[in-house]
Amino acid sequence: MCTIELNGISKSFGGLQAVRDVSFTVEKGGITGLIGPNGAGKTTVFNMIAGTFAPDTGSIRLDGEDITGLPTHRLFHKGLVRTFQIPHEFSRMSVRENLMLVPAKQSGERLLENWLRWWRVIKEDREILKKADEVLDFLEIGHVRNELAGNLSGGQKKLLDLGRTMMTDARAVLLDEPGAGVNRTLLGKLTQAIQRLNKEHGYTFCVIEHDMDLIARLCDPVIVMANGEILASGDINSVRDNPDVREAYLGSSAA
Amino acid sequence: MWIEVTQLFLNGLLLGSILALGAVGATMIFGVLRFAHFAHGDLMTMGAYFALLVVVGLNLPVMVALPIAMLMTAALAVGIDQVVYRRIRRVQPVILLISSFATALILRAVVQMIWGSSNQVYATGIQLPWRLGPLTIKPDHVLIFCTATLLVIAVHLFLSRTRMGKAMRAMSDNMNLALITGIPADRVIMWTWAIGGALAAAAGVFLGMDTRLHPVMGWTLLLPVFAATIVGGIGRPYGAIFGGLLIGCAMELSTLIIPGAYKPAVAFAIMILTLIFRPQGIIKGAL
Repeated sequence: MCTIELNGISKSFGGLQAVRDVSFTVEKGGITGLIGPNGAGKTTVFNMIAGTFAPDTGSIRLDGEDITGLPTHRLFHKGLVRTFQIPHEFSRMSVRENLMLVPAKQSGERLLENWLRWWRVIKEDREILKKADEVLDFLEIGHVRNELAGNLSGGQKKLLDLGRTMMTDARAVLLDEPGAGVNRTLLGKLTQAIQRLNKEHGYTFCVIEHDMDLIARLCDPVIVMANGEILASGDINSVRDNPDVREAYLGSSAA
Repeated sequence: MWIEVTQLFLNGLLLGSILALGAVGATMIFGVLRFAHFAHGDLMTMGAYFALLVVVGLNLPVMVALPIAMLMTAALAVGIDQVVYRRIRRVQPVILLISSFATALILRAVVQMIWGSSNQVYATGIQLPWRLGPLTIKPDHVLIFCTATLLVIAVHLFLSRTRMGKAMRAMSDNMNLALITGIPADRVIMWTWAIGGALAAAAGVFLGMDTRLHPVMGWTLLLPVFAATIVGGIGRPYGAIFGGLLIGCAMELSTLIIPGAYKPAVAFAIMILTLIFRPQGIIKGAL
């Protein structure tokens, strides 16, 4: 469990200012929603938190620790994990192998350990295998564990992405459009998985999503961005009623 | 006719297993680092001469020299990576490609400086071939084929069972995802070079056992090796094994119809046909 604090972060790409002086806090143990029209700067904010690139100005803190500009894999080991709008997977490896790759610093990585303490390497491998199977069962994709990940459906890949975050001792998870391209049945499953992870395992979530139903069901509070700035924040109803938000994002159809 | 075909097929399997060893390394390096390693042929040459060093210096049989040469070449490959390629990994792949070409020239020059540019052999004298009916098989060929098979099985076990092998496959599958999950990229790269170098050395030693040692022995094999990686689907170790055997047999069998001097052209033709009709390689699935 941890808090992510953003302090006045900005980012420009050439002449385009994608994010302008954004500050907000993702509260410990909550599910914070990040919404806004296309080009609002949501994914840019995610990229900066997750270390894809550093902000031009401002700072980001994870549980009080300054993580501004740290590369993604370092953040991954600190328990800050992200998923992508388009799911990523090792397509030519089995679903189970995809998950087993995740835990870092396995003793099988060291040359001598493999020969001198092979029993430890094997034991550790068994434990990781067991955990991978538990995660797959939790996400209800256990029946495809030996399938190549590249053959999964888009929604199953999203679940696999979520499963990958469960293989680490993730504290904070950034989900970039978990619902995009997922059918209704799977979406329900995905929502439940996120809620269970939040309640039972205490994961902190920050979710970018365009599906307002999903946001309404999952997220509190909700932060609205437009044109690289924060427009409003609060629970879903107060945000929905905010006239600025309506104009910028929800448009007349939601009025 | 059929006797001749079978004989050429056996020769093809031998050449194929040598090509396969080179191709597995080259394709793994391509998969993990995304560049065609032009010095791979000269790593084979280095391996062959390292074995010669042991054979002549310590007066040991070549099969005992083989593991020593493999270790030395693995160390050399890791060393070359650390000194040359590591520093330029973040620039465009074409720079890596050109510097690997330069490395190839340097390695060849080093071989010529140390061992001279004339032909050399591991053991003199004539080995009596075994006669199986009308077919002739040299004991060395059986030894080469069996050892190559064992090495390929070892690579398979490494890739499918061990943490490092899986990490290697993961990196060649989806580099971005590998970098952001728990995979130790630098370590994987070192392992890739070590294994690629060791397999190249084995290929070089086998080639030297089959024919002779010469400073350009590996370089002339580079084209068929690359052809094997492309036929098998670039970045896919199992495909490279299959590609190596296919190219080896095709090269040998082609001598039934065309003069032997055109053998490399056969490899080239297969490579071009693959690139035109199945650029993703002829093997489907996870392999």
